[in-house]
Amino acid sequence: MARMATSRHVAVSTFAAWLVGFLIFFPILWMVLASFKTELDAFAIPPKFLFFHWTTENYATVQERSDYLHHALNSIIVAGGSTLIALLIAIPAAWSMAFSPTKRTKDVLLWMLSTKMMPPVGVLVPIYLIYRDFGLLDTLTGLVFILCLGNLPIVIWMLFTYFKEIPKDILEAARMDGATISRELVYVLTPMAVPGLASTLLLNFILAWNEAFWTLNLSTLQAAPLTVFIASYSSPEGLFWAKLSAASTLAIAPILVIGWFSQRQLVRGLTFGAVK
Amino acid sequence: MGQITLQNVQKSFGPVDIIKGADLDISDGSFVVFVGPSGCGKTTLLRLIAGLEDVSGGNILIDGKNVVDVPPAKRGLSMVFQSYALYPHMSVRGNIAFGLKMAGLPKAEINRKVEAAAATLNLTPYLDRKPRELSGGQRQRVAIGRAIVREPKAFLFDEPLSNLDAALRVQMRLEVTRLQKQLGTTAIYVTHDQVEAMTMADKIVVLNGGKIEQYGTPLELYEKPANLFVAGFIGSPKMNFISGEVAGRHGAATIGVRPEHLKIARDGEGWPGNIMVAEHLGSDTFLYVDAGAIGTLTARHVGELDLSAGDRVLLSPDPGRLHRFDESGKSLRA
Repeated sequence: MARMATSRHVAVSTFAAWLVGFLIFFPILWMVLASFKTELDAFAIPPKFLFFHWTTENYATVQERSDYLHHALNSIIVAGGSTLIALLIAIPAAWSMAFSPTKRTKDVLLWMLSTKMMPPVGVLVPIYLIYRDFGLLDTLTGLVFILCLGNLPIVIWMLFTYFKEIPKDILEAARMDGATISRELVYVLTPMAVPGLASTLLLNFILAWNEAFWTLNLSTLQAAPLTVFIASYSSPEGLFWAKLSAASTLAIAPILVIGWFSQRQLVRGLTFGAVK
Repeated sequence: MGQITLQNVQKSFGPVDIIKGADLDISDGSFVVFVGPSGCGKTTLLRLIAGLEDVSGGNILIDGKNVVDVPPAKRGLSMVFQSYALYPHMSVRGNIAFGLKMAGLPKAEINRKVEAAAATLNLTPYLDRKPRELSGGQRQRVAIGRAIVREPKAFLFDEPLSNLDAALRVQMRLEVTRLQKQLGTTAIYVTHDQVEAMTMADKIVVLNGGKIEQYGTPLELYEKPANLFVAGFIGSPKMNFISGEVAGRHGAATIGVRPEHLKIARDGEGWPGNIMVAEHLGSDTFLYVDAGAIGTLTARHVGELDLSAGDRVLLSPDPGRLHRFDESGKSLRA
């Protein structure tokens, strides 16, 4: 009896999990489907789910109208560059806060996080003006810089949590064993921190890849990443659902692939420290 | 060589004095145990010797050389941590070899030394395993292996057995003692367990509130405790303390009698009392006796004793093994 109840319980929760998963995934599925429809089918009512005229012409049009590779390359440079620079700044910062905390460490961490609580639009005008005056508008340098600063608090916060989990005893053991600070870093700390570094890197790459507010406002063409490429399909002449969907599918494809192969790291990164 | 001398060593964290001036002389090759209740400063004192904390005052001499400004690695000591502190990403071999690798020894020599250390500790079959694939006792042995392979001037042990279960603890206790005797290396061992202290030590340092209460051999501490604290801390079950009129009769503020020095009788002379609890262990019998105005007394009888709760007994102290203390708690000796 108890056994039957358990198996029913498992079946129900499995079904519920799949349902929730499907609901979350549905918009993406719908987007991919729409990208293979004609513009007419794309906003047909009632919506056509699978039985429509499948076509790849949207992809062809998108390729014709804009340079996907140019934007994709920009996305890679902006997301990769901002993540790497953020890591370079964040590692020593998180390190010192995790291993030699002071009375103010908690305050510093909170203060860093508090910068993420302000809506970015609040500083759009001053930043735009600064960028204009320094000639940073529509430059890759400008975008790398702003995304790096924007994600820095999260990077530091994540690394801090990771470093905090490394037992102090192990570092002291290394010191007793005669390791200098640099050797301690190379032989003990880095190998132990690699999983944490990897998931921080991945998560921030994805965050930077998908960042739309600053990229849309600070770039037009030259430095424009894929977010701008997608947005260009919502034009004043009207929405072209099918083409917009094709552009979006192309834009998220690389990150979806990366995400798929690094699921385990990502999940670990997101739940790290939650459960000891 | 491994002669360690502390001269008025002090340590404070902000306004809090953790170590209030410790003087100590540890001779080469001896096994010294720091024992005391938690928060007494024993681990801090060990970390000061290791160099993991800086002293606030005083000198630490190793083989006559003041090392207070010498970094931990250069002091020639090795340490075994309570948490083992093994490098999780390295194999047992890598863990044991790490210190030698840092010292820049040639590979062949490292291998030879690691194999020898592993053989001493019965770790040879596990050399290529990761720490997570080992049991608690094996991990502890790896930590010890890491310490011995460097042939240090002294071993520092920070409660190394407290994470092991009781049976394994007794076994490891023996192994550590045997190994230390075999290598003849000075060892300082921190524990809160007075049984560990009594069984392992050549000499015991009893610490309380950042001060050294007494330094002596286990039997010295047992037979001639310097004060009430040491008398109460060393020995199990705890020494009975009696104050008031009974103590006055012996010319002291407080007298102490160990449970094993109380004679138990059904009639005759002694302090009368009723047994509250009788514990029969076979080898020993422990009686917890309510002796009225004198208080609760613990008595120990070697062997079995046919008494149970509620029985009336008379307890008389062995006059030759009575401890007398003055008002400040200091031991009075004739």
